[in-house]
Amino acid sequence: MLSRIAQSLFWIGRYLERADDTARILDVQMQVLIEDPGMDERTSCEQLLSVMGVEDYTGIPNRWLILDLLAHNADSPVSIAAAIGAARESARRARETLSTDIWAAINTTWRGLSAAQAMRPPEMFTWVRNRTAMISGIADSTMSRDEGWQFYMLGRSIERVDMTARLLSTAALASGPQVAWPTTLRACGAYESFIRAYRGIEADRQAAEFLLLDRWFPRSIVSSLAQAEKALTKLESSGQRSGFSDEAQRLLGRARTELEYRPLADIVFDLPVEMERLQRSCAAASDAVSARYFAESEAHTWRGGVLL
Amino acid sequence: MDTPELFDGYGPVAGFDEMFEKSEVRENYGTIHESFLKMGAEEIRLRADSLASSYLEQGVTFGVAGEERPFPLDIVPRLIESEDWQHVERGVRQRVLALERFLADAYGPGELFADGVVPRDTVMTSPHYHRVVAGLEPPNGVRVHVAGVDLIRDGNGDFRVLEDNVRVPSGVSYVMTNRRALSAALPEVFADHRIRPVAQYSQALLAALRKAAPAGVSDPTVVVLTPGVYNSAYFEHTLLARTMGVELVEGRDLVCRSGRVMMRTTNGLEPVHVIYRRIDDEFLDPVQFRADSALGVPGIINAARAGHVTIANAVGNGVADDKLLYTYVPDLIRYYLSEEPILRNVDTWRVGEPEQREEVLDRLDELVLKPVDGSGGKGIVIGPAASKDELDELRGKILDDPRAWIAQPVISLSTVPTLVEDGIRPRHVDLRPFAVHDGDDVWVLPGGLTRVALPEGELIVNSSRGGGSKDTWVLAGLSEPEDAGETAPTATPIAGITQSAGPAFDSDTRGVQVQEQEQQQQQEGPSC
Repeated sequence: MLSRIAQSLFWIGRYLERADDTARILDVQMQVLIEDPGMDERTSCEQLLSVMGVEDYTGIPNRWLILDLLAHNADSPVSIAAAIGAARESARRARETLSTDIWAAINTTWRGLSAAQAMRPPEMFTWVRNRTAMISGIADSTMSRDEGWQFYMLGRSIERVDMTARLLSTAALASGPQVAWPTTLRACGAYESFIRAYRGIEADRQAAEFLLLDRWFPRSIVSSLAQAEKALTKLESSGQRSGFSDEAQRLLGRARTELEYRPLADIVFDLPVEMERLQRSCAAASDAVSARYFAESEAHTWRGGVLL
Repeated sequence: MDTPELFDGYGPVAGFDEMFEKSEVRENYGTIHESFLKMGAEEIRLRADSLASSYLEQGVTFGVAGEERPFPLDIVPRLIESEDWQHVERGVRQRVLALERFLADAYGPGELFADGVVPRDTVMTSPHYHRVVAGLEPPNGVRVHVAGVDLIRDGNGDFRVLEDNVRVPSGVSYVMTNRRALSAALPEVFADHRIRPVAQYSQALLAALRKAAPAGVSDPTVVVLTPGVYNSAYFEHTLLARTMGVELVEGRDLVCRSGRVMMRTTNGLEPVHVIYRRIDDEFLDPVQFRADSALGVPGIINAARAGHVTIANAVGNGVADDKLLYTYVPDLIRYYLSEEPILRNVDTWRVGEPEQREEVLDRLDELVLKPVDGSGGKGIVIGPAASKDELDELRGKILDDPRAWIAQPVISLSTVPTLVEDGIRPRHVDLRPFAVHDGDDVWVLPGGLTRVALPEGELIVNSSRGGGSKDTWVLAGLSEPEDAGETAPTATPIAGITQSAGPAFDSDTRGVQVQEQEQQQQQEGPSC
């Protein structure tokens, strides 16, 4: 498979997941702002922006600013609009390898974006979640399980780990946890699964545990990490008897075991710091994947007769 | 129910209209005309709208100045009778074969110069003559793997050749997508005709490309080389790669290593044998051509010269596209094939020749002047439509470089009914049939791209000038079998297997369940 195409598929996976998760995170935030009277809008919006990695912005952080920066403004790299635009651009570049169905689904989503932006925020978030779910569904049922699929799944899983980590940080930072945790679970579509798994006993600690460590729930960090590792194993054809020659696999495997074998109390004690560490592992793993599989696509450029 | 307003105000048509003769519907269009009347204006508009939105969703676009635009497809199809088509097909085949012989001669022994068929200067001064490929023999002798020959119908309804495109002719993707879209939009009209299919193009192209592989390569790797997403024909490049099942590569995906071309994959470098390039010569190899181009692959020409890779279409074909050479094609057909041309050229003056130039300069205001190396309608001046200043400027340009121009009379292109704002109106069309040469045979795709000039009276049909397209239906003749290989495998119905279903919802049990659940609710208190 062409390195450039592999790279596109990896990023289609990442951007679509990012759009989906950003919509989920914003949904939580908006809900908490409305429902929790004790909430300080400014602090909580500041925290959210910092969790999402937005450092430079002008204006007082409030719900309108975060909606602009994280949802609507296509010039803001962390916005839903930017993620959908980038996914469509990656898809356009990998068009010949995508099934017509999946291309049309991505293209239609991109085309429908401006109409969606005119909706009320909760409706728009639902729209984003539905559209991305539809695209994953089509991908799931029309894409061959070849290398391209593995790169797509790898991108999606790494992004999911990263974004779920951000989602958990937001919940942990929110001052009114009574509202934050159930809302966070709902945003992940995890509320019912969680209630069933813990027999209706709701507690912050359990909610965090569920989203971090549940092996059965597909959006949990541990199961997303396992998914990413699985994709890497399929891509790594050499079949080594011991150890991992693949840097990304080492990084993700270590991140997963650190979560699974450490006492939960340790992890939740300072959740935001732990989650930041996890995000760093994701970034490093992503870099390692690029270096190993996409390096060939970092083209040598040829200008004025000289190979640069 | 009759809704005559659909074709009201149609005509009288100046020139040749393909559906109407005076105000009578031609016999072959009878069914289409009737179906349109039956559907009525409102229904036609609805269907045209959904046609347009389906193109937007699928991203069937072309680029203008980096911006993607949907490729307009008109809802009224264009019909070509089986007999007319056979004439076109034979004519196109003949032209392609003559041009192949010409290219081999011009880059080889040059016998045509010695025999005085075409002046050596005419070829050597063409900006598209590339000395670097002189003497380069393509593996199976084919240089024109794909040709697009532009045709028009003149005032008598006769097909005439407007120009040849044997460099990188584009538009075939729209032939394929137009067919699918229109058959979905007008299934009933479609079903009333026996229309020759177009979907086999990609397989024919792939077969021709594989046959062009370097000697000794039994299972060649074929790729499509695109300039990238910002190219106006990017949609077409992706469609061809996708339907042929080959990689679509950009220049940066390829690299030359010791005279071989390799592509960068996740498993390292892998060899490439046949490159269907959609990049112009000048951008193909910075070593040989423009050193500042980042689109191509350094060293690719040497790899071709070493016989390790085939470039299709061949480098240097542009010399056959030169509009001055076009004036010699009828002579080339007589010289190489000892046949009379089947399709006539449009009458053309060679401005480079002094007596002809005199006449052209006298009649500038009634002729069409075309730059010989222009494509896409660029630089064309239509005399009757030009202002005095424009004509004066043109006169200056002609005197500066007469070799660069040809002149043709204004030909009224035939018209076909087309849906526009005011209803259905006559609009000018041309036709670009596509031919694939695999070394043994020249296969012509039944139909080709009909481009339509959407503004009223406009004669230039290029998409970059706001042109649209039509689905072009070539009718199968009575004796003709349906095209081979197109028949779907006949399915034997399988008996006795019912679809599996979930748990049965017996209506009685359900009744009981509903009752129970309602009781349950009452016990728990009202549901909210």
